[in-house]
Amino acid sequence: MTALHGGPGQLPDRGELLGIPGSRSLRSRPRESALRSTLVALASTIVFFGVLGWIVVHAPGWEEVRSSFLNGKVFADSLPDIVAAFGVNVQLFLFSEVLILGLGLVLAVCRGLAGPVFFPVRLLATVYTDLFRALPGVLVIYVLGFGIPGLGIEGLPNDPFVYAVFALTLVYSAYVSEVYRAGIESVHPSQEAAARSLGLTRVQAMRHVILPQAVRRVIPPLLNDFIGLQKDTVLVSYIGVVEIFRQSQVVEAAHFNFTPYLDVALVFLVVTIPLARFTDWLVARDRSRQAHGGFR
Amino acid sequence: MNGATGHTPLPGSAGTVSNGAPSGEAAAQVPPAGSGGPLSAGRPAVVIRGLRKSFGSLEVLRGIDLTLAEHEVVCLIGASGSGKSTLLRCVNLLEQIDAGTVVVEGEEITAPRVDVNRIRRRIGIVFQAFNLFPHMSVLANVTLAPRKVLHLSRQVADDEATALLERFGLADKRLEYPDRLSGGQQQRVAIVRALAMRPDLLLLDEITSALDPELVAEVLNVIRELARGGMTMLIATHEMGFARDIASRVCFLDAGVILEEGPPSEMFNRPREARTRQFLQSIVEAGRL
Repeated sequence: MTALHGGPGQLPDRGELLGIPGSRSLRSRPRESALRSTLVALASTIVFFGVLGWIVVHAPGWEEVRSSFLNGKVFADSLPDIVAAFGVNVQLFLFSEVLILGLGLVLAVCRGLAGPVFFPVRLLATVYTDLFRALPGVLVIYVLGFGIPGLGIEGLPNDPFVYAVFALTLVYSAYVSEVYRAGIESVHPSQEAAARSLGLTRVQAMRHVILPQAVRRVIPPLLNDFIGLQKDTVLVSYIGVVEIFRQSQVVEAAHFNFTPYLDVALVFLVVTIPLARFTDWLVARDRSRQAHGGFR
Repeated sequence: MNGATGHTPLPGSAGTVSNGAPSGEAAAQVPPAGSGGPLSAGRPAVVIRGLRKSFGSLEVLRGIDLTLAEHEVVCLIGASGSGKSTLLRCVNLLEQIDAGTVVVEGEEITAPRVDVNRIRRRIGIVFQAFNLFPHMSVLANVTLAPRKVLHLSRQVADDEATALLERFGLADKRLEYPDRLSGGQQQRVAIVRALAMRPDLLLLDEITSALDPELVAEVLNVIRELARGGMTMLIATHEMGFARDIASRVCFLDAGVILEEGPPSEMFNRPREARTRQFLQSIVEAGRL
């Protein structure tokens, strides 16, 4: 404090003027104040969760909840079956993702087609995206999963897995096409002008100049949508696909215990949090690149 | 930068123009403004007649008549908003025109049902903001159109691009991405990219306006070399010294018409119109001439 204090003509510290001794030292020693804020954060966190824990543990129904949701033996016994069933979710996710990326791109390009000739195409694509963003996903899954096989048309597959992939694709490609469209619109028109001025056709300009830049820009938001898709794969349990959630219901019924749901939660946390972290990292990287004027 | 610089015409580059003392077909300069009189020598490379263009209620071009002989370099000068850029974009069909005709190498490119992609191959344009493709290396920027439009093999396109890049001192940058280049280098790559299509006509839209002052010369030198090689060019520019140095004719655009045109010696020393004098005066005051 004294070291920093006063060459001639230096204004006195505001805190000292107000009669608060030592107020300068708080501000002038960054390392000390960083340590201080860490300690404060730690203390407040411990207090907060301590109080919360105390309330839960002393709740009248705590013992019952603990035995039916937090049974260690059931947790360990049901984990292998539940992890195995997650394989079905992974398959659902992978099949749908490929289809979604394709259909979403087609929809986005259709919505961007200029010229009066393409009006019906634009209209259809717009209606599609509006419709499937408006409908709750679980409804689409129900209607497709029970409705189409119910028609009894010869040659249609009976496997609910197929309808599950179909429904997830319909719903998510509506969202993903909007993400693509934002990406396409974020590419400056001068890029298309440059491409067209070289004699490239509209399709060539889109294919070689606009889409590569657009897709690169929207990778983080696409990943975000896929985190959502990953979780929504459990919705297809309603039409009889035996995936992780269905499997946990089976185990629950066998043990009369809800702990298997905790297994499911754990599996999703383990898979989804790294993807979410990765997405955030990509976003941060892009931002710092743009700040440095670079973009590839 | 003074008017006395006579470039020695290179062999085979007929019509290379020396300042103040035009020779060859450039002697046919100065059809009176607006009349577009016939050229006495040389096939016209570009003939623009009665070109009009509006954006909404704003009429940007109000009847442009302009003829370029082959190998001629014409500079468009004028205040911002006078229509220079729009005129260039109309010649390249990047803007749809409202009235008039543009004939390039004997073909009316503004005719209905003309294949715009085929026309644009023959007309290169370089933009103020470079507009390089940021996701491609320099080489890929230059070879994209030759490969996809002219259907050259990758090998041939690469070889030709490399030769062009070498000619303009960019050979060592061929695998770099645009964001690693200076503005001057980026603009030279943009010029090479346009040249790789072997255009009959090159349009330059204020190509040095976005550059730091110390990078302007390297880009203008490229254009000087192209002029010596006989490239037909229509140049919108604010670089008056450059225009005086390189142009066979200078056109002053004001409010969507070519108010005055003539050889640079006359335009810069004895402008007839009061508006031209006023414009040049403001340029001198800004220290740009």
